[in-house]
Amino acid sequence: MNNNRNGTIIHMSEIRKVYDTGKVTVEALKGIDLEVHKGEMVAVVGPSGSGKSTLMNLLGCLDTPTSGRYELGGENVAGVTRDQLAEIRNRRVGFVFQNFNLLPHISSLENVEMPMLFGGVPVKERHVRATELLERVGLGDRVDHKPTELSGGQMQRVAIARALAMNPDIVLADEPTGNLDTSSGSDIMSIFSDLWKQGRTLLIITHDPGLAKRASRIVEVRDGRVTADHPGEGA
Amino acid sequence: MKPSTEHRAPGTDLHIIWTLFSSSSRLQKKRAMLTIAAIAWGTVAILLLLAFGEGLKRQLDKNRRSTAENFAVMWPSETTKPWKGLPPGRPIRPRIDDLDFIRARMPELKSVIGEVVSWRTAISYGKKTVNGRVIGTNYLYGDARRHYPVAGGRWLSPADEINRRRVIFLGDEMAKDIFGQEDPIGKTLLVNNAPYTVIGVMQHKTQMGVYGGPDKNHACIPISTFRAQFGRDKLNNLDIETYQAEEMTAALKKLNEVLGPKFGYDPTDGRALQTWDMVKSAKVTTNITLGIQIFLGIVGALTLLIGGVGVANIMYAVVKERTREIGVKMALGAKSRWIIYPFVLEGLLYTFVGGALGIIIATLLVALTSFVPIEQNRVMSFLGRPTLSPEIGVATSMILGIIGLLAGYFPARRAASIDPAATLRYE
Repeated sequence: MNNNRNGTIIHMSEIRKVYDTGKVTVEALKGIDLEVHKGEMVAVVGPSGSGKSTLMNLLGCLDTPTSGRYELGGENVAGVTRDQLAEIRNRRVGFVFQNFNLLPHISSLENVEMPMLFGGVPVKERHVRATELLERVGLGDRVDHKPTELSGGQMQRVAIARALAMNPDIVLADEPTGNLDTSSGSDIMSIFSDLWKQGRTLLIITHDPGLAKRASRIVEVRDGRVTADHPGEGA
Repeated sequence: MKPSTEHRAPGTDLHIIWTLFSSSSRLQKKRAMLTIAAIAWGTVAILLLLAFGEGLKRQLDKNRRSTAENFAVMWPSETTKPWKGLPPGRPIRPRIDDLDFIRARMPELKSVIGEVVSWRTAISYGKKTVNGRVIGTNYLYGDARRHYPVAGGRWLSPADEINRRRVIFLGDEMAKDIFGQEDPIGKTLLVNNAPYTVIGVMQHKTQMGVYGGPDKNHACIPISTFRAQFGRDKLNNLDIETYQAEEMTAALKKLNEVLGPKFGYDPTDGRALQTWDMVKSAKVTTNITLGIQIFLGIVGALTLLIGGVGVANIMYAVVKERTREIGVKMALGAKSRWIIYPFVLEGLLYTFVGGALGIIIATLLVALTSFVPIEQNRVMSFLGRPTLSPEIGVATSMILGIIGLLAGYFPARRAASIDPAATLRYE
């Protein structure tokens, strides 16, 4: 199960992204080819300014490429409307951000329920599943707490539970340990490892060598191109 | 195990919008209160202005009716068109007996009334003498011209007219001039040295339309008595009254067709008998008051609009504040409408609360004005009492609703156009 490479989750070919601010045009991605298969845990590494974040936005359908072909779960993402893009994000992608991005005024439970609300999951099922997911990340006793009442590590665990809510094709994490102290960072890393072992597909953008080490595959991005792609220690 | 997303209930959109609306953060109290106060202020302004307009309209209507309704006055003049060999410029002078001539030929009229006037007539009581206007007229004049007697007195009766009784009905101001605090009813006074019994005094009224002079300053006696005492029977005024306002134009045309052949003037000559058609002038008044109401409504709506701009302004600030929140929701799969409508609802909520508050305050203020006595007050008896009508309520609510919708919608659209990628990246 761990090394199941049959299903292709992500298929990117010749992806380019050009930002045109009017005065200057910046070519953030200069032709990326990338495939991610079901059950992989991919770490994307590279210096700042290398195009990692742009890649993450494109992978997560938060943004669309200037040119190139991108299929997510076999679905071509080019030329769809904003609302269709939202639906694809909802069903296929779970996000974990560096700064958690939880909604501050609602409880952990409601945060985890949010994607299911958008996905049209019935209230009861939403509730049961969100509670279950929070228990799975060890926050069964924090369901009614608001993010402001949680530590950084706890917030990131809520975010992971939220990312799993719609049982997505892939979990995208952008520097998930970047805002955490070492010990809560390693907690989060363990959770990711566990998820991978359970057969989930993960793509993690990271500076953290410890986290990259656990991945099954490491992709290096430099200057808008993939410069290296090799198995990680977790493989 | 995928969560079951397949069976979407029909009300899903509403459910999502409502859930997001009720779980989204609210304005800080101070901001919310200022916003609501702005809307309430605008609502009070528009309601008071419209209530003022409505009161004015009703008062003008009432004051207009206090002269007469469905009524036309004619006074004798000269022909301006030649007729069957007769040159223009001939005087036309209907007499008292012509009244029956008209009545016989125009039975569709509610009343045909003659007025014979004696100006500056000496009226004495005891040692007091005033010079006043005495009108000889038919008993029908009383109802038509709203000469209602104060308690204890009465208006001229048919019997007074038939028997040429020496009875007199006084305008309220004239009664005061002659009798002061004394009760005039039953007293005998002298009109050009002939004794008359006072049978009634007119109730005070605010009169809009005046010809000859205000009703409060004249005295009325039976037209037959007038003819006997003053020896005149040429009418100063010939009045007709129809049952319905719409009948007046046709009635006036027919009247000229009846009188033209008798007096030898062209029935199309509108100047032979100069005419004041009160139905026509009532229409003009109605249009003017409508114009005033529209103007007041626009002024009020603009005031309310400023409140609406306030709400929109706050909502824009809120969108800016919650940019990240909106970006997160989008990343999690929120569609544009799920971002837009909770904001629209929020704008409507503030508008609704402010509007409701404004309606309550305005209603209280309008209710307060009912304690101001209106009859004694010259200004108030012209302007009338501010009145809130159901139409005003409906109009204001609609304006509020539209403003609330717009004030929420445009900021919400800004929210929906947020680029999630840009908002999520940085702290």
